[in-house]
Amino acid sequence: MTDTRKITVTVNGKSHTKEVPTRLLLSDFLRHELLLTGTHVGCEHGVCGACTVLIDGRSARSCLTLAVQANGHEVMTVEGIAPNADELHHLQQAMQDHHGLQCGYCTPGILTTLFELLRDNPDPSEHEVRSAISGNLCRCTGYQGIVEAALDAAQKMRAGARS
Amino acid sequence: MKPAPFTYHDPQTLDEAYGLLATLENARVLSGGQSLIPMLNFRYVQPDHIIDVAGIAAISGITYKDGILKIGAMTRQREIEYSDIVATHCPLMREAILQVGHRQTRNRGTIGGSLAHLDPAAELPLVACAMDGMIHLGGSRGTRDVAFTDYALGFMTTAIEPDEMITGVSIPTWKPGHGSAFVEFARREGDFAIVAIAALMEIDASQTITRAALAVGGALATAQRLPEAEAILVGAKANDETFRAAGEACTQIDAVEDVHAPASYRKSLAGVLTRRALKAAAERTK
Repeated sequence: MTDTRKITVTVNGKSHTKEVPTRLLLSDFLRHELLLTGTHVGCEHGVCGACTVLIDGRSARSCLTLAVQANGHEVMTVEGIAPNADELHHLQQAMQDHHGLQCGYCTPGILTTLFELLRDNPDPSEHEVRSAISGNLCRCTGYQGIVEAALDAAQKMRAGARS
Repeated sequence: MKPAPFTYHDPQTLDEAYGLLATLENARVLSGGQSLIPMLNFRYVQPDHIIDVAGIAAISGITYKDGILKIGAMTRQREIEYSDIVATHCPLMREAILQVGHRQTRNRGTIGGSLAHLDPAAELPLVACAMDGMIHLGGSRGTRDVAFTDYALGFMTTAIEPDEMITGVSIPTWKPGHGSAFVEFARREGDFAIVAIAALMEIDASQTITRAALAVGGALATAQRLPEAEAILVGAKANDETFRAAGEACTQIDAVEDVHAPASYRKSLAGVLTRRALKAAAERTK
């Protein structure tokens, strides 16, 4: 018999209560139970970074987290980054402007990781940006566009905070 | 790529956890999950029971008293990274933690998990080895403290009995003014080290080394001290000649060979990184 638990997880500000198998990964909970397919599943063993989400504001690999471990916690996925359905976050806009993605598979993990970086460190150096995304594999861009996008978004967010 | 079914337990006290460990067959302790969950996903391990210890407040936190840095098993690597206590009293651990995985894994991973998993290239066991760390184990039969040398039995093999779990680690810190360095080589930032060296040193006014510790990770089945090189250092002058001689001694290790590097490469690297670590540690003495 499958071992299950009733869990309550707040995702992008909305509370969800579901009975889930205890072996269910958080990545599969988000995608299959909540139908939030923005979180991508790449390697499923914590190497590629595509499934990165924020748990209580801190980046984490959702494939290395059981859904039951998120019980009572707040999760933010890539769907939670944009301020609303019609507007992009500075980071998202900068990724578009600087060609920070091609196939887009790694992009959700890159965005959530950079979201945390820029929140904690509004003026990162290029090295700090590269270090932050060292756990995110991108096979299309060679990272150059992603790094440029992060630095540009940081600059725009600082300007926005000043105005 | 999904874990096999198991029964999940989330004890809120140590006694509750000890009771589960004593009664359940084929149980595994889950803390941050950054090593265990990949192994569950691959089905390298298929426990019947998972005991999630994240809810046990008693095994989380960092304290410093009378020269001993004590870190609870459930303390996340992130907390160590940002701890002023660790930065002040144990700069070696602070330098090492920045090289543990990536931000995303340090946010979840714990020191107890790293010590229990005992990957040969892991940074935190190497720090515990270099600094004579004492591992605190607990279970329904009682608690015991095991020195790192008696704790690390071999490749990913520890002295933890099936009915026990790690509750924390105590690190005897070095005198203020000592120098330390943690140097590793990996192909990319955040990858497992091919070789890592931890070095600590105390120097007197005449630049003579009065105390030294050296340990290597990534090159052997588990983190190990380098006593021959330590013997060369103590009593010698802290200069390039001494560091070269110590580095040369470190190339004699019986290094492992795998897809990442042949043994000869690891031996050579151990010598080079030892020299670099000793030089950096000496420069940091005050």
